[in-house]
Formats: sequence, structure tokens, C-alpha cells
Amino acid sequence: MRTAPLVRILGTALIGAAVVVILSIKLDAFRDYQIAQVAVEVTAVAGLTVLTGLSGQISLGNGAFMAIGGYTTALILLHLSWPFIASLAVAAVITAAAGAIVGVAAARLHGPYLAGVTLMLGVALPSLAYVYPGLLGGDQGLTVVYTTPGFLGSNFPLYRWQAWVCSAVALGTLVLLANLGRSRVGRNWRAVRDDEVAAALAGVNVARARVLAFVVSATCAGMAGAMLAIITGLVAPGAFTITLSIALLTAAVIGGLGNLFGAVWGSLVIVLVPTYATDVATSHGLSSSVASNIPVAAYGVVLILVMLIFPQGIQGAVLWVLRLFGISSSRTRYPASVPDTGPPAGEAPASQHEVVLPHKKEGTQ
Amino acid sequence: MVEFLQFTLSGISFGMIYAAIALSLVLIWRGTRLLNFAQGGMAMFTTYIAIEVIYHTGSYWAGFVVALAAGIVLGTAAELTVIRPSLGKPELNSVIITIGLLILLEGLAGIFYGGQYRSFPAAFSVTGLRAGSTALGVSRFDVFVAAAVLAAALLLAVGFKYTSAGLRMRAAAFNATVARLSGIRVARVITVGWALAGLLGALAGVLVSPSTFLYPNSMDTIFVFGFTAAVIGGLDSPAGAVIGGLLLGVVLSYAGGYLGSQVTALVALGILVVILMIRPAGIFSDAQVRRV
Repeated sequence: MRTAPLVRILGTALIGAAVVVILSIKLDAFRDYQIAQVAVEVTAVAGLTVLTGLSGQISLGNGAFMAIGGYTTALILLHLSWPFIASLAVAAVITAAAGAIVGVAAARLHGPYLAGVTLMLGVALPSLAYVYPGLLGGDQGLTVVYTTPGFLGSNFPLYRWQAWVCSAVALGTLVLLANLGRSRVGRNWRAVRDDEVAAALAGVNVARARVLAFVVSATCAGMAGAMLAIITGLVAPGAFTITLSIALLTAAVIGGLGNLFGAVWGSLVIVLVPTYATDVATSHGLSSSVASNIPVAAYGVVLILVMLIFPQGIQGAVLWVLRLFGISSSRTRYPASVPDTGPPAGEAPASQHEVVLPHKKEGTQ
Repeated sequence: MVEFLQFTLSGISFGMIYAAIALSLVLIWRGTRLLNFAQGGMAMFTTYIAIEVIYHTGSYWAGFVVALAAGIVLGTAAELTVIRPSLGKPELNSVIITIGLLILLEGLAGIFYGGQYRSFPAAFSVTGLRAGSTALGVSRFDVFVAAAVLAAALLLAVGFKYTSAGLRMRAAAFNATVARLSGIRVARVITVGWALAGLLGALAGVLVSPSTFLYPNSMDTIFVFGFTAAVIGGLDSPAGAVIGGLLLGVVLSYAGGYLGSQVTALVALGILVVILMIRPAGIFSDAQVRRV
């Protein structure tokens, strides 16, 4: 290993920050908005990449944690007028606590049973807004007012500032998660993921590791929800549907669960593919019901094809291409693996595209 | 008291629809260890086909039969085209593929039929039945709903137990490798499972749409509750799916009736959590054996 891991992680994050700044200045306001959107998704999806890829659990309800973060931020900005960074911190703390509660409840559950509970959580939690319309605004939701800070001058584009704020949070989250994944915590997660009994025998507190993974992923989702509140200017139950929760898991898997880069690719897909397909469809003068649904259908096809052609997700494909050109060593942060609840009963054709990534021993510790 | 009876009866009627979806999920789970998120989408699509047939022929029953046939075709086609190639890859990939299929079907429905709400006819009168002077809160059609799903479930149960095809399906679900070694074509059995699941989904779609209207996302909520019912009952147990569906339907009917419709999802979450706290793999799960 040529460079220390921390240096490499920080370097990658700095390159990411530079790309964001350059793009946000070069591109128009709508693209700035999309950058912010991608950053929001990356933050939430990275938490799921860790939860599913590293600790082997699944959540179909992280949209619920986004809702908690979003409503927390909206309430704080509305009633207390705190700066956004403070509301972000409060949102992170509250969603961490919520994640701990769900994690404790989920620690005994596996596979589809965990999926079922988290899915129902994603459906049920936003309906609290209807139960407490006075506080949470009911169906209409709460309006969030967010402006650029004074020192930037009044002419600084709001969307560019939002893209910067969100990207900074997203990159910071990625750096922390990357380090966490390399630490003892991350190794415990992998041990629990691969074999719970062996991990327990080796002295890993399985329940604590699983709950902690839920806390981390919920915190990420909560921060994403807080950012979503300021970039859309509104929190309403309609923004935190089950579709959102499913899109988050989809992004994590399609990007590649083995690596945090996967969260970035996956987020780019779920934000950009529908918009791009809409542009193509409307520019061909199709009727509105057709034009608005072609992107939906195309998105479905993309999901199916990526999963069939690149079983390890987009990051798997990227590594495969890099290795084809001899650029990358076969190193990976952690090998892709997903929770295994039993062998599939059907015919199991040998996967030709499977990127086999031997898990090298970690350098330090 | 009358209110309680009404809520119970209408809960049973809705619960049977959840049971149909749950049963279709169980069929697929037993064969492929896979959650089919496209189940609701497939049901939505076949119901659109039923609407078209009813519109052109003027016969409800023609639409009904075509929808069930379309369910079989759609289930089979889905298994053969996108599911079979994905088996043996990481499990979540197959799940994402079914999500992709769901999104594709919803997009196609929007393209072909538009996004507006459509009403769907009921087979029988939807005016409330009465016992003497008391309204029962259910209609002739609700009775048909419960009877149709119950009949389908019983047919499946009998088929599983007494036919050789049913024996093959049980063998494949019990142990695919051993089943294959004893000459059962497991892949074909799985396809049949998907076809039957498609049929049950189509049945649920046709039965529920008179009360929910039909639009590209109309089956989402039904799917979520059907999935919840399957999880409550235990994904390996067809009987559990029916019991889970009935339990969920009745409890949600009480919750909606006494507390208001905005709390139903919260109540469903509560039931799910409580039951899984006691039995982490559903009511009808076998003794827990975790692979080591």
C-alpha cells in the first residue's frame, strides 16, 4: 500500500469537493439543484451501503428516518430560527436515537422479516403528520425558509450555496464512514455479516454491532432528510413515501454494496436517469402522459439490466474495467457480500460477470 | 355492537385480499427465497387488461377470466425472462430486479392507460346486506371476495397435498438439491410457482379494485399490507398467509373504524412489531434453526 488510508480517503474527498465547486460554478441553477439532490441521496444511500454491505442487515424504511430529520429541521428553523448547521446536528442526534430504537427491535430479525418491519415503518411513520396536523402541518406539510448567509452577498445564487452545503455534508459523511469501515467497528460488522456465530465466539457483541449499524445508517438518513428539507423548502408526508425508501435501497444495491463509491454511482443513477429520460421524451414531442411515464419505464429497465449484467453493481463494473486496463489492483475496501438467508432453490448458473475480489488483510491493526 | 359486527365483516373481506397477495408472496418465497416486489404491480397490470376486456366485450366474467390468465402469463414470463438469470447472484439483486419490474409495469400502465383513476366494476351488487333490520356493513360482492380467495386457497391446499405436482412443489421448496437429485425439474416447479402467484395476484387485483379505483400505483398499499400479512404469518406457511391476512384485515378495520383511517399504518406497524418480537419468523414458523 503506497499511501496511508486516511490520506487516500481525504484526498479522494478533496477531489470530490473540487469537482463539485467547479461543476456548480460552470452549470446553471437547475444543475446546481441536482448536485444538491445527488448529495442528499449520497448521504442517505451511503448509510444503507454500510448497513447492508457491511453489517448484512437490510432496511426498506430509511425514508422514515429522512422524514424525522426533515421534520426536525423544519420545526427548528420555523420555531427557533437556529442556523442550519445546528438543526442538522439536532436532526442527526434525534435520528440516531430513533435508529437505536429500531435497531434494538430489529436485532433479532433477519431477511424478509427485517425488510417487512422496516417497510412498514417507512409507510407508517410519515402518517404521524396526519395524526398531529397542528404540529406537523398535516398533508400540506411545513414550509422551510432557507437563505444564503449574509457574508456571501445578496447576489450569490441560493442553489449553488445549497449544492455546496449538501456536498460538504455528503463528503464529510463519506470520509467518516470510510474510516469507520476500516476501524474495529467495521471489522466487527463484517464478522457479524459473514457468520454471526463465529463472530460471537470471537468475542464480538453481535447485538451491539447490529444496533450500531442501524444507528449509523439512521443518522445518515436523518442528515439527508434535513438537507432535503432546505433544498426543497418543504417537508410533507408526500415527500417521504415508501417509494423514497425503496429508491434508497435500490441506489445502494445498483451502485454496489461493496464500496462507498457505489453510493455515489447509485445516487447519480436515481437522480439523473429519470430526469434525462424525461428530457429525451419531452423533446420528442410525446403526449404528456406518455412523456411522463417513459422515464419511469426506462428507469425500471435500467435497474433490471444493471442487476443482470453487473451483479456487483456499477462499482463492480468500474473495478472490472479498471482491471481490464491494468490500472487498478484488485484491492477493495471490503468485499461485496449480501445477507445470505439460504441457497436459492433455482438453477444457479455460474455467474460470468462476478467480480471476485479477494479480501486482502488490512494493513494496520 | 352492530358497528363491531360491521367492522369485523368488512375486515374479513379486505383481509382475504391481503391473504391472496400474501399467499402469492409465500408461493414465490418457498420456491426462490425471493420477495417479489412486483406482485402488486403485476396485479395492477392484469386488472387494467380486465378493464379493457370488459369495456370491449361488455362481460364482467370475460374480463375476470382474462385477468387471471394474464396473471399466469405475466408470472411465467417474469420468471423466465428476468428472475431465472438472476438466481445464484447476490440475493438482493433479484429483489432489485423485482423492484425494477414493478417500476417498469407502473411506467407501462401510465403509457398505455394514462395516470387517471379508473373505476372498476364489481361482479355483484355492492349495496349492503341486511340481517332483518340490521345493516351488516358488507355487500354481496364482499361475500364473493372472501369466497373467491378462500376457494383459491383451498384449491391450492388440496393441490399441494394430494396431487403429484403439489408433491413436487413441496419437495422443491423443502430441499431443492435433494428434489433435483430425485428427478424433479426444480426450475420448472419454480416457474409454476410464479405462474400461480401471478394468478393469485390477478385475482386480488380484480377483487380489490372496485373499492380502491385503479391507477398505476393503486396496488402499492395493498401490496404493503399483503407483505405484512405474509410476514406476520411466516413466509414459509401458506396457512399463515391466510391467517395473517385475516388478522391484519380485521384489526385494521377496527383501527380505521374506531380510531380513524390515518392511524391504520401505525397500527399495522404495531401488530407487526409485537408479533415478530414474540415469534421472529412469523406465527407459523417452524422451530428456529439458524444455519451456522
